[in-house]
Amino acid sequence: MKIIVFAKQVPDTTEVKVDPIKGTLIRDGVKSIMNPEDKNALEAALQLKESHNATVTVITMGPPAAEAILRESLAMGADEAYLITDSLYAGADTLVTSMILAEAAKLVGYDLILTGRQAIDGDTAQVGIEIAEHLGIPVVAYATDISISGDSVVVKREIDNRVEVISTKLPCAITCSKDMNTPRYMNLYDLFGCYSKEIKILNNSVLNFDKTKVGLVGSPTKVRRTFTKGPKGEGKVFQGDVEESVEKVMNVFAEVLNIH
Amino acid sequence: MIMVFCQQDDGNLHRVGLELLSKAVELAKDIDAKVTAVTVGSDISHLATTLTQYGADRVILVKSELLEMYNSDLYTKALSEVVEKEKPEIFLIGATQLGRELGPRLAARLKTGLTADCTHLEIDKETKLLLMTRPAFGGNLMATIVCPNHRPQMATVRPGIFEPHTSDTVKSAEIVEYTPSISFEDARIVVEEFFEKVREDLDITQAQVIVSGGRGVGSAEGFEKLRELANLLGGTLAGSRAAVDNGWIDKDRQVGQTGKVVKPKLYIAIGISGAIQHLAGIQEGTYIVAINKDADAPIMKIADLGIVGDWQPIVNGLIKKLSKKASKEDDYEMARS
Amino acid sequence: MDYLLTKEQLLARELFRTFAEKEVKPLAQRVDEEEYFPYETVEKMAKLGMLGIPFPKELGGAGGDYLTYVMAVEELGRVCGTTSIILSAHTSLCCDPIYRFGTSEQKEKYLKPLARGEKLGAFALTEPNAGSDAGNQQTVAKLDGDFYILNGSKIFITNGGTADVFIIFAMTDKSKGTRGISAFIVEKGFEGFKVGKVEEKMGIRGSSTTELIFEDCRVPKENLLGSEGMGFKIALQTLDGGRIGVGAQALGIAQGAIDEVLKYVKERKQFGKSIGAFQGLQWYIADMITETEAARLLVYNAAMKKDRGILTSADAAMAKKYASDVAMKVTTQAVQIFGGYGYTKDYPVERMMRDAKITQIYEGTNEVQKMVIAGQYIR
Repeated sequence: MKIIVFAKQVPDTTEVKVDPIKGTLIRDGVKSIMNPEDKNALEAALQLKESHNATVTVITMGPPAAEAILRESLAMGADEAYLITDSLYAGADTLVTSMILAEAAKLVGYDLILTGRQAIDGDTAQVGIEIAEHLGIPVVAYATDISISGDSVVVKREIDNRVEVISTKLPCAITCSKDMNTPRYMNLYDLFGCYSKEIKILNNSVLNFDKTKVGLVGSPTKVRRTFTKGPKGEGKVFQGDVEESVEKVMNVFAEVLNIH
Repeated sequence: MIMVFCQQDDGNLHRVGLELLSKAVELAKDIDAKVTAVTVGSDISHLATTLTQYGADRVILVKSELLEMYNSDLYTKALSEVVEKEKPEIFLIGATQLGRELGPRLAARLKTGLTADCTHLEIDKETKLLLMTRPAFGGNLMATIVCPNHRPQMATVRPGIFEPHTSDTVKSAEIVEYTPSISFEDARIVVEEFFEKVREDLDITQAQVIVSGGRGVGSAEGFEKLRELANLLGGTLAGSRAAVDNGWIDKDRQVGQTGKVVKPKLYIAIGISGAIQHLAGIQEGTYIVAINKDADAPIMKIADLGIVGDWQPIVNGLIKKLSKKASKEDDYEMARS
Repeated sequence: MDYLLTKEQLLARELFRTFAEKEVKPLAQRVDEEEYFPYETVEKMAKLGMLGIPFPKELGGAGGDYLTYVMAVEELGRVCGTTSIILSAHTSLCCDPIYRFGTSEQKEKYLKPLARGEKLGAFALTEPNAGSDAGNQQTVAKLDGDFYILNGSKIFITNGGTADVFIIFAMTDKSKGTRGISAFIVEKGFEGFKVGKVEEKMGIRGSSTTELIFEDCRVPKENLLGSEGMGFKIALQTLDGGRIGVGAQALGIAQGAIDEVLKYVKERKQFGKSIGAFQGLQWYIADMITETEAARLLVYNAAMKKDRGILTSADAAMAKKYASDVAMKVTTQAVQIFGGYGYTKDYPVERMMRDAKITQIYEGTNEVQKMVIAGQYIR
C-alpha cells in the first residue's frame, strides 16, 4: 500500500504576535513548524506502515525552506519526500493548491492520501477535501480512527455532535483530526542519515501547468485586504453595580464566544 | 441570485441556515437579487414554510430517499446539479463541520473559490462583489477575500454570527421540488453507524472556556455555582492552588506553576488574586475576565476585563441570563420542528 | 555555537529539547520530591535511540557522535538533573568502556542491549576508602577455574539500584598497585552480588545512588574487560568521557536556571517595573549567560575532540570543572534573583541549585580535576 501524506509548513501561530502600531503580523523570529494535524496524519501513516507494510511518502508545497518539515518527516520514519516548489505557484488559494497537490499525487502514485484536518495558519480545512475531489476519489473528513483490510477502509469520525463510522474503499483520501493519535517524536535511528536522503523536487517543468492557471493569477479567490483586530489595549477595570457588571461580562461572552 | 444551503437533520432545520437566509435578504438588496433557500433530504416538504418565513423568495427542496441522511458523495452530486442549473451569483453554506466538508467538495467540483468560516459578509459598493471576511492565524489576523471571476462566490459562514429573523410581512415563495439524478452507486462512502457524542468532563488543558476560582470563592458550594456557569458556557471548572489546598477542587484542575498550563479562549478568574505562580499557568492570547473584590489585586493588571465587586451576585446574574438564552433556544427548536 | 553543528545535530537537539520539555520537565518536581526514578522516561528515551547515541547502528546504537550525545545530556539537564545523569552514567561510564575495550562477544552480549536501551548500565569504582584516591581499591577478584570471585563493596554508585549491567573494578593483584586493578562486566543477579544502602541525597534525588556489595560474587572469566591489570587505565579513560557528560549535565542545569530567570524577571514587578529593567540584576544576568556560554564552548570542545580521537584528560577535566563551577554559581544567583520565592519549592531554581552541587563533586571532585589539569601541563 502506498500512502501519501500532504503536510504544510506553518508559522507557530501560538507565537505570532501583532505589531501594535502597524497592525500587521510579526513573523520574524517565529518558528516554522510542521502543521500539527498534518503530524497526526503522518503518525497514522507510520502506524499503517508498521501494521500493513505500507510505504509513506510525504509531500509538501512551499518555498525551499519547507524542506525542513520533510527532513523531520524522514526522521520520524517516512520513506521518501517530495517538495513542490515553484515561484509560479506562490499565492495559490485552496482550489489551486489542491489542484497542484492532486497532480503531484497522480505523478507519485497512491492508494491512500492522508492530510491534517486543517492548517493552523489558514484554518480553512479545505485543501485535503478538494484534493480528493480533483482526483475523483472518496474522502472522509475529521477522522479519529482508520482501519484498513484489503481495499476496504473503515473510518471513525466526529462531525458536529455525532460520531460516524464510515466505510469506503481504496483509493481514498482522509483528513485526520488531532484526536486521532499522538504523533511520535523523531527517532535517532531515522534522524542520523536523514540529510543524506534525496528530496525530490517537483516544479512546474515537471507538473506542467498553464502559467495562467496556477499561483495567485490562477486562483479564483483573492485577498482584498488583511487587518488585525487592533492591538489589545491595557486591561479595563470596571467598578459598578451588579447589573452593569453582568452586562460587561455578557458583552465579552458575545465578543469572544459568539454567545448572543 | 443568492443561494443558501439550509441544512436539515431528521426534518429539523439547523439554526445557521436561517441566520444565513436573514443575512442573504440583506445582501440581496445591495445587488438587487432574489434569495433561494436549498434544503436536501427525503421528508422535507414541511420545511418550506419556515424557509419562506425567514426570507426565501424561492425554496428548492432537493428530495430523494437516498438523501435521508447526510452522505457527502450524494449531497455533493445533488447540490452541484442544482447550482449548475440555477447558476447563483453567491452560494452560502453554514460553517458547521458538515458544511465545511460539503463546501470544499462542491467548490472543487464546480471549480470555483471558497472562503472558509467567514465572520463578516458585505457587498462591495463599486464592484458588487461579495466581501468575505474571515479570521486566520488563529484569530490573529482578519482577511477580506473576494472571488471576482468565478461563480458562484462561495463562503462557509460561522454559526452564531447573524441573527435569524422572520420577515415582517406575510410572504409567499415559489416552492420547487427537485429530484436529483443520483443513484445508490454514486455513494462511494457509506455511513455504517452513528451515535451522538457523549460530553465528558473536559481536561482543563483542552478547554476553550475555563471558569476558575480561588480563595475568594470561599467554599465548595461556591464552586458549584462556578460549575453551573462553566456548564452554561460549554466550558469547564478549574481553580488556583489555594482552592486545591482547601479541597474545593481536584488537584488535576489546578492552574498555575505547580498545576497545569491552560490555553482557553476565555478564562474567567473569580476570587483569584493572580499571584505570579497562577498567571504562569495561563498562556498568552487568552482573554481574561477577573472578578475580584480587590481593585488592586495583581490579576486586575493583567485581565482584559477586571470587574471589581462581590462575585456571587455577578455570577448569579450571569447564570440567569445564560439560562434564559438556553431556554429561548429550546423554545425555538420546538417551534421550528 | 550553532555554526559548529551539522544539520543533523541541530535536528537532534530539536528532538532532545522537545522531548525534555514535554516528557521530562513535567516529572522533574516529582522525581525530586519523591526520590522517584523515572523508569518511564528511560523507556521512552530507549525507543528514540537516546540510550546508545554515539555507538554504531550495527552495535545497537543510533549511529551518532559524542557531541550529539552531550547535547542530549545538556537538554535533559536543563529541565531535570536526575534524568540527565541517568543517561550520562549509562552511556559514558558503562556503554563506552565496553565499546572501547570489550571483545566482540562482550559487545554482542552487553553493548547491544545497553545501546538499544533494553538494559541500563552503571559503573562502580568508588569505595569507602577509595574516593579521590581511586587507586586504593579494596575490592578483590580471584580467579577460580572459569570464574573470578569478587569480594568487597562500592559506594555512591549512580544507577546502582536500577542498572542491569555494571562495570566493576577490583584488585586482581594487590602487589602491583594500580597496575593490579582489573575491570569486570557484572550483571544484576549474579550470585553473591547485591545492592546495599540506598543514599538519600541533597540533589539529583531521583537517581538511584547505592552501595554495591560483593560476597564471593562469581563472575565468568569471559566478563573480564580488557586484560588483567588494565582496569585503572580503563577507569581513567572512561572517566574522561564521563566528565564531559557531567560537564554537559552542569551546563544544562545552568541553562535551565537562566531560562527560569529570564522568564521571571520579565513577569515579576517591583517598584512599578519589571525587575529585569534594573541594571543591578542585568549585570548578574549578563555574567550568568556569558559564563554559561563559555562552559558550553569547553564542553562541546571536549566532545568534538573525543569524536576526533584527540581528547586529553585535561580537556575533559577543564570542561567538567568549569561547567560545574558555573552551574553552582548560576543556580545560586538564580535563587537570589527569585528572592523569597526562589527559596521555596514553588519554583524549580532551588532544586537546580541542589542538583548543581553534585556536579562539582562526582566523577572526580573539582580539586581532583585541577590535579589532572595541572598534572598534564606541569611535567
